[in-house]
Amino acid sequence: MQQVDRPDNNKLIRKLVLIVIGMFGFGFALVPLYDVFCDITGLNGKTSNTAASAKNIKVDKQRTVTVEFLGITNKNMPWEFKPQNRRIEVHPGEVKLVHFYAKNESINNLVGQAVPSVSPGLAAGYFNKIECFCFNRQPLAAGTETLMPLTFYVDVDLPADIDTLTLSYTMYDVTAAVGFESPHSSQTGE
Amino acid sequence: MSTMTDTHDDHDHHDHKPTGITRWLYTTNHKDIGTMYLWFSFAMFLIGGFMAMVIRAELYQPGLQIVNPDFFNQMTTVHGLIMVFGAVMPAFVGLANWMIPMMIGAPDMALPRMNNWSFWILPFAFAVLLSSLFMEGGGPNFGWTFYAPLSTTYSNDSTAFFVFSVHIMGMSSIMGAINVVVTIMNMRAPGMTFMKMPLFVWTWLITAFLLIAVMPVLAGVVTMLLTDKYFGTSFFEAAGGGDPVMFQHIFWFFGHPEVYIMILPAFGIVSSIIPAFSRKQLFGYASMVYATASIALLSFIVWAHHMFTTGMPVAGELFFMYATMLISVPTGVKVFNWVATMWRGSLTFETPMLFAIAFVILFTIGGFSGLMLAVTPVDFQYHDTYFVVAHFHYVLVTGAIFSIMAGAYYWLPKWTGYMYDEGLAKTHFWCSLISVNVLFFPMHFVGLAGMPRRIPDYSLQFADFNKIISIGGFAFGLSQLIFLVVVIKCIKGGKKAPAKPWDGAEGLEWEVPSPAPYHTFSTPPEIK
Repeated sequence: MQQVDRPDNNKLIRKLVLIVIGMFGFGFALVPLYDVFCDITGLNGKTSNTAASAKNIKVDKQRTVTVEFLGITNKNMPWEFKPQNRRIEVHPGEVKLVHFYAKNESINNLVGQAVPSVSPGLAAGYFNKIECFCFNRQPLAAGTETLMPLTFYVDVDLPADIDTLTLSYTMYDVTAAVGFESPHSSQTGE
Repeated sequence: MSTMTDTHDDHDHHDHKPTGITRWLYTTNHKDIGTMYLWFSFAMFLIGGFMAMVIRAELYQPGLQIVNPDFFNQMTTVHGLIMVFGAVMPAFVGLANWMIPMMIGAPDMALPRMNNWSFWILPFAFAVLLSSLFMEGGGPNFGWTFYAPLSTTYSNDSTAFFVFSVHIMGMSSIMGAINVVVTIMNMRAPGMTFMKMPLFVWTWLITAFLLIAVMPVLAGVVTMLLTDKYFGTSFFEAAGGGDPVMFQHIFWFFGHPEVYIMILPAFGIVSSIIPAFSRKQLFGYASMVYATASIALLSFIVWAHHMFTTGMPVAGELFFMYATMLISVPTGVKVFNWVATMWRGSLTFETPMLFAIAFVILFTIGGFSGLMLAVTPVDFQYHDTYFVVAHFHYVLVTGAIFSIMAGAYYWLPKWTGYMYDEGLAKTHFWCSLISVNVLFFPMHFVGLAGMPRRIPDYSLQFADFNKIISIGGFAFGLSQLIFLVVVIKCIKGGKKAPAKPWDGAEGLEWEVPSPAPYHTFSTPPEIK
């Protein structure tokens, strides 16, 4: 049998295995990349999780924007959860306080976490929350009810073609993950 | 392509191979492994086909008759998984095992022991997947795309079995792909330069790189799903800071190259068969290679066209729409080249050629419906309807599977040493061709009229079309049994096949006798 000079297989295999490992890592790297991309572009309607400052805000009295509120509970969350007002009219820059009503209808003490979403998604970056119950977990003892505050303003730079914003909160049960503490210790969210 | 040899393999050594079951368990021979892959994929094709029959029987008339909705969902899910990972992909790997070493003048695959592993873990993967159907709570029921949260929050207890079976399938594919790349890069006979390689080898080389790039991403996404469901992570759970839409992005980053993994080798097969029966050189060999490479590269930047309805900004929708439409350019080059190859050729219409011509026409129909789906505003109407089902069955059944049938008939004489029964094979072709169109063409109409996919019941106005579709489905399913008969008859005997049974065929595989000896090209041929 005639011997043929063939290139070294091991070198090529090592390179290919490195690509495989790299691509497996890339799949996981997509998770933070996705968040960064959404943060920069504001594409998926996620609002900022940090409080905005209320100082030195210009108010644009010429323009009126409708802000609608939705309260949704996740499938396994036995709370009643709804906004006090379904919709309000605001001027861009005007600071407003609204409340969401929540009642724990179960026989267990539960901790809720509200996750916000703004539609249209591109408006999310212009929706500034000064104080929000969604910044903190909300413990609620069995059978009790509460009013949760949201202080916000709409940025004056909101694109002209957007005249209605919808802010939707989904309330999730996170009791299993964080455990229940006294319902009155962190109510104010400070 | 002129691959002429001047020294024939002289076969002075005998075909010594072990006998009995251990021959198949321990084999490192590329032909044995290729044969096992092909039989395995045919078995999966019949099992997945049986599930399609259950689906079509349920949809034969409106209302719920045969199965409950949950089991219906398990059938659509497992049908998709079996056909993608069990039938189409292993069939192409089987053809690669059999043909690539012979086409490039190599004695075997570069990594024969790993080759044995890549095949033998597959039956376990599918045993795990299929056994989950019989478990309490049933098998996977969230669609073959396993979107979160259907596959996390709402899935049943057997999901871990689904995840592990996908892991094993992925390992098998990655090992197979590494083997193909190393074989093609390092094992070519002297003088076989890259631009002299047959197109089947070229398309498989590019496919193997796609597999190496995206199968690990699939492994990653099923792992995230597993930890979300069982270990409390929140990759796709909004309450924990994750995002279910991100699942779709990661999945389709794998999923779109995956659909090209299932069609590029088909292009290679058809590019071998059409010149052989046109008795002409392939028109535009180099443009075929470049078109294949550009399709592969473009496949990485079009994934979100599966997600137009998730609420993307207009800029994103436009980008993915234009990028998707760009793919039709290299694909059009290919279709043009196949037609130009046939133009003024002296054509004969043996069964491989019939399947190849049907492939060109019907795959192009599937391509056109793909173009329609790429148009973002109309996709909002077509999304998740039977129009999508029609589209991907045209490209996968009359595309990928027809090309596999064409390849099987083309190389059967080389594998078995006998000619297959041409009359029976043509019966198989015509029965398949007619029934497949009765089966899938009306799906375009019910889809445009608004019938949603993955639903066990439907509105009354779709009843007539669904009856026609089901009848086509049963006929297509039965027609494939003819193929089984042809293959078994061909293995048992028939007219002796010469080394080169098709007079227009080119390539090194026709230089060795039929049936191909157990060891070929132990001495590499010289290619001028």
